[in-house]
Amino acid sequence: MRHPTSFVLLFFGLLALWPVMAGSYGADLVAKIMIFALLALSLELLVGSTGLVCFGQAAFFGIGAYAAILMSPTDGSAPALWLSLPCAIALAALYALAVGALSLRTQGVYFIMVTLAFSQMAYYVVHDTPLGGGTDGIYMYVKPTWGWVDLDNPAHMYGLIWLSLLVGFLFLSQLLRSPFGRALSGIRVNEQRMKATGFSVYPYKLAAFTLSGAMAGWAGYLFAVKDGFVNPELLSWHLSGSLLVMIILGGLGHMRGSVLGAFAFALLQELFQAEAVFGSFAKHWHLSLGLTIMACVAFMPHGLVALPAQLRERLSGRNNREAPVETLEEKA
Amino acid sequence: MDFATFLIQCLNALQYGLLLFLVASGLTLIFGIMGVINLAHGSFYMIGAYMAFALAPAVSAIFGGAFFSTFAVGLVLSVILGYLLEWAFFSYLYEREHLQQVLMTYGLILVFEELRSMLVGDDVHGVPVPEWLNGALTLNEVMTYPVYRLFMSGVCLLLAGAMWFVFTRTRLGMMIRAGTSNREMVQSLGIDINLLYRIVFATGVALAVFAGMIAAPVSSVYPGMGNSVLIICFVVVVIGGIGSIKGALLAALLIGLVDTFGKVLLPQAAGVLVYVLMALILLWRPNGLFKD
Amino acid sequence: MQKRTVLLSAAAFAVIAASTNTWAQALPKLKVGFMLPATGTFASLGTAIDNGFRLYVAEQGGKIAGREVEYVRVDDESDPSKATDNVNKLIKRDNVDVIVGTVHSGVAMAMAKAAKESGTLMIVPNAGAAAVTGPMCAPNIFRSSFSNWQPGYAMGEVAAKKGHKKIVTITWKYAAGDESVKGFKESFEKNGGTVVKELNLPFPNVEFQALLTEIAATKPDAVFTFFAGGGAVKFVKDYAAAGLKKTIPLYGSGFLTDGTLEAQGADAEGLFTTLHYADNLNNKRDQAFRLAYAKSFKLQPDVYAVQGYDAGQILGIGLNATKGDAKNIQGFAQAVRAAKIDSPRGAFTMSSSHNPVQDIYLRKVVGKENVVDSIASKSLTDPGLGCKM
Repeated sequence: MRHPTSFVLLFFGLLALWPVMAGSYGADLVAKIMIFALLALSLELLVGSTGLVCFGQAAFFGIGAYAAILMSPTDGSAPALWLSLPCAIALAALYALAVGALSLRTQGVYFIMVTLAFSQMAYYVVHDTPLGGGTDGIYMYVKPTWGWVDLDNPAHMYGLIWLSLLVGFLFLSQLLRSPFGRALSGIRVNEQRMKATGFSVYPYKLAAFTLSGAMAGWAGYLFAVKDGFVNPELLSWHLSGSLLVMIILGGLGHMRGSVLGAFAFALLQELFQAEAVFGSFAKHWHLSLGLTIMACVAFMPHGLVALPAQLRERLSGRNNREAPVETLEEKA
Repeated sequence: MDFATFLIQCLNALQYGLLLFLVASGLTLIFGIMGVINLAHGSFYMIGAYMAFALAPAVSAIFGGAFFSTFAVGLVLSVILGYLLEWAFFSYLYEREHLQQVLMTYGLILVFEELRSMLVGDDVHGVPVPEWLNGALTLNEVMTYPVYRLFMSGVCLLLAGAMWFVFTRTRLGMMIRAGTSNREMVQSLGIDINLLYRIVFATGVALAVFAGMIAAPVSSVYPGMGNSVLIICFVVVVIGGIGSIKGALLAALLIGLVDTFGKVLLPQAAGVLVYVLMALILLWRPNGLFKD
Repeated sequence: MQKRTVLLSAAAFAVIAASTNTWAQALPKLKVGFMLPATGTFASLGTAIDNGFRLYVAEQGGKIAGREVEYVRVDDESDPSKATDNVNKLIKRDNVDVIVGTVHSGVAMAMAKAAKESGTLMIVPNAGAAAVTGPMCAPNIFRSSFSNWQPGYAMGEVAAKKGHKKIVTITWKYAAGDESVKGFKESFEKNGGTVVKELNLPFPNVEFQALLTEIAATKPDAVFTFFAGGGAVKFVKDYAAAGLKKTIPLYGSGFLTDGTLEAQGADAEGLFTTLHYADNLNNKRDQAFRLAYAKSFKLQPDVYAVQGYDAGQILGIGLNATKGDAKNIQGFAQAVRAAKIDSPRGAFTMSSSHNPVQDIYLRKVVGKENVVDSIASKSLTDPGLGCKM
């Protein structure tokens, strides 16, 4: 692990100054990306650290989001932030606990599909039943408050999102350095060996799964409050797929990677849709995005975080690329 | 529901299940047998449907005849496409992890959809049923059953039989199954494993395209049609057990039943039921219905 | 490694800061922001609306109320979860004077909320959701198209007049389907009929066989349906293939046969639908419009193109009254509410909730066209329930 502190300081410092530099649209954009970065981090905990490829992360995100809206009082008063946020997180964690308890019995590609199945179930519940308000979604008219914090104020909203991402990032890096985190790495590298040493892997995996769901629910809550609007597409497998794209793009096994991947993915989409850059071709931005993703897989299999090392090796003229050193520790 | 209606619904379930198997057959090969997660499977299905629409006038003009000639041309084109795709992209993916396959094929979906939009446009199209299959069987005084659907079901059964035969009773099938269990061993036995994989992949693509072409008169041709079949195809393969053709067939029939009767008896839950089925089966048998 | 990451991030920030600030200056040109689908199932509708609007502006010499028109486009992908961000691109990044969009109701509602909060002028050229001119209504939000309720309500009267007593409805379970059926049921039951069963299936599922069998088992006098796009094509074909077309008459909201006739072929022949537009209206305005559209875009126009064109007309009427001031919402709304819009569909006015008060035609499919049979409902006003304006 090499000096994550400087990264954290510079990166979050820049993010804190951003709203001052950019206009309100720029701040909105980065706020949204930060929420997805938090969500990507939650998935990284499962995929990168524990080796559990979950294709259903969007469900926990969506549950947190819907909880935020469904728990708003109907009389038009502001929801209490200190109550609704933990409730949303708890609900998402509860669903994650249930799904994890059942899915962790399966392995490999079956695990991927079972997580997808449970995510689709949640999707159809909000999509088809009156509970979720149907395909057009539901609105929140008054944003939560807590004392002097009023999330209707964009600065407060940005601040809360920034704080959440920081807390999430720091919490995860501490967690992964702890014995719990080491156990997860061990499970990722060789589960059989862990079991052979007498480790009971199931509780660890379940804990990681639930924690990941809780973080995703937190991100979902922030999304719902920021936009004031939720709809079933927040639980769709397309979002789960995009999340996987983000963390792979950034670089698996690195928390920086998830955050960078979220930024890169969102900014790429902005770039390709910009008529200023692409003119009338901008409406075919799906093509540009698809080709870029494929190129990244072909030429940057270890993601953006490995890019500097890759470039360095190219420039120093080495022919045989060494595989990046696989350490047990999750890099921050 | 009276008995006659119940029987008709069973027929609907059977036909839908068989159609699902047809559409998922290509994925059974590529995902089930070769182990490559191919999210672009829905795109190949869409290419088949659009080919049925776009090629028909051209083929009639050049070759005369319509139905079978369009099929033949479409199949040849799809085998070529599959071969090229495998050579250009997918061959890199066998060694890589599932995640990278997900990413690469996710990018492919975007590329194919946009290419389709640029080449053929975004309108909805219909493909006519060939005259000689355009009849209907009378079921009762109100309903008839289109012959074309029976034709499709027949084709599905034939296909299922053919796949099973090739995989279990021929040398080629044996080599493929050996190759997926142990690639190096097969190679050291002197069999060109790369060529083998290319053939299997091209066949998988061709099957998906073939399904799109056959289903086009019934399903109509529209943007985004690939996305709607994609997930259900994965569900079929996973429920059936990865690598098992008879599993995929059984899974498809089960889904047909659940979907058909679900729509009628529990319309509110209709969307969820298939996933509940998948979750239940995987919890009972974590490796699907039939292990290979 | 840290340095490079930091440098890369800083570079990225700089690029983004620059690009997001470029649009910050206000221009004297009239900025029209299109939020329409360029990708996905509704892409062709987005194109038609865009074309129709631009045709109107071109006919005015590229200017409205003396201001030259400049366009900005955002692809909404018909995805409600990205809607708020996309509409904010137009409102906050590009500072448009008016937003025109969209096709998908869920996206339109997110847009309406954002427009209501920012006070930006908004014209909806398609999305028929009741909420847009219902609880979400606002002085700055207008609709140039229809409400889902209108064609359904009109058909209810028609079906009752034709003597049908027992009807089964079938549609997708989403806002457009629900509201359409609700409108139908309201007028059908008011006129003495009964809706014996309301069938629906999840959107966008298109496996209809099971429900067609249900319909056959119920043996109603007729069926009323709402489907659109690919689903409409499949439903009409499946309905005919199941032999039901000969035994149980099918009626639908106009979208069942709009833009889909070529794909549906003979299976759609003779179908009655209701919509605020048809293919052979034969009024002067429509003829001129169709000619101009075909010349400019080498395509035949459809109801979506008309809606886009009329969105332009509404903008023109309002801005001419406020002398080009897009911020004068009161003046704009006053002028539009008093106006009679000379549309290719026939003249229409605006209701107090800013929805068109228009004639709904009963059309019959003849060959590849929806031909006018009669006027199903004259000057039909959407009730605008929940609108507090």
